[in-house]
Amino acid sequence: MGDVKAKLTVTKEGEIHHVEFGDRKILDELTITRIGEQLNEMVSNEPNLRLLLNFRNVEHLSSAALGMLITLDKQVKEAGGQLKLSNIRSQIFEVFKITRLNRLFEIYDSTEKAMQSF
Amino acid sequence: MAAKDAGEKRDTAMVEVVISTDLRAARAAEERILRAVEAHGYRREATFAIRLSLEEAITNAVKHGNGNDRSKHVRLRYHITDKEAVIYVADEGPGFNPGTVPDPTTPPRLSLPSGRGIMLMRAYLDEVRYNRKGNEVCLVKKNE
Repeated sequence: MGDVKAKLTVTKEGEIHHVEFGDRKILDELTITRIGEQLNEMVSNEPNLRLLLNFRNVEHLSSAALGMLITLDKQVKEAGGQLKLSNIRSQIFEVFKITRLNRLFEIYDSTEKAMQSF
Repeated sequence: MAAKDAGEKRDTAMVEVVISTDLRAARAAEERILRAVEAHGYRREATFAIRLSLEEAITNAVKHGNGNDRSKHVRLRYHITDKEAVIYVADEGPGFNPGTVPDPTTPPRLSLPSGRGIMLMRAYLDEVRYNRKGNEVCLVKKNE
């Protein structure tokens, strides 16, 4: 069953922590800080964290949100874990392509493909 | 008044909103501008571009321009027509030279968490112009 904290839904599926964003807009610093803190706590609590971020509900994403994801990716890797992204809408994926961050992150079309990649 | 701490005045075309250096006040002002954009029937892609760019411009004004100093203000001026949205975002900072901002997509900078706001505005808008001092940006998006 899912554990809902703030606007993140976290579901443990085997060894994988599957996180869905409840916010449609991840734009402003207040929202981003809150999400970042919650995800950082997961990294701190579990070394070798296998983390899947599911963007299916997300319609807007700012450069500050991208920055939060980059910092999170570093933290996860430094702790021996893995971070994967999935279900990014085409409009949002364009933001990743423009900034070329689609090369930095592992991004999958579907939850199933992302889960299988761990 | 939709925006906290906001003062609004209207001339013939341009609407002006002055907010304190506060992200909650900024959010309310953003929503007000976006309601005006939606009222003019802009396509979804254009609205997406304006929302993203406005967020980037206001964040830059609050953090980099005004240095999160709550005694300073951010001045928003906008004129939305059926043809185009023109939005000015001004801060009280010393300004900067946008030409000196490095490309965030090159390998040494790709993994840095900041420095992508101006690039995204330029990618999504028809025009992004700074004043000479570099403390006011003009955002233009055509409705097409």
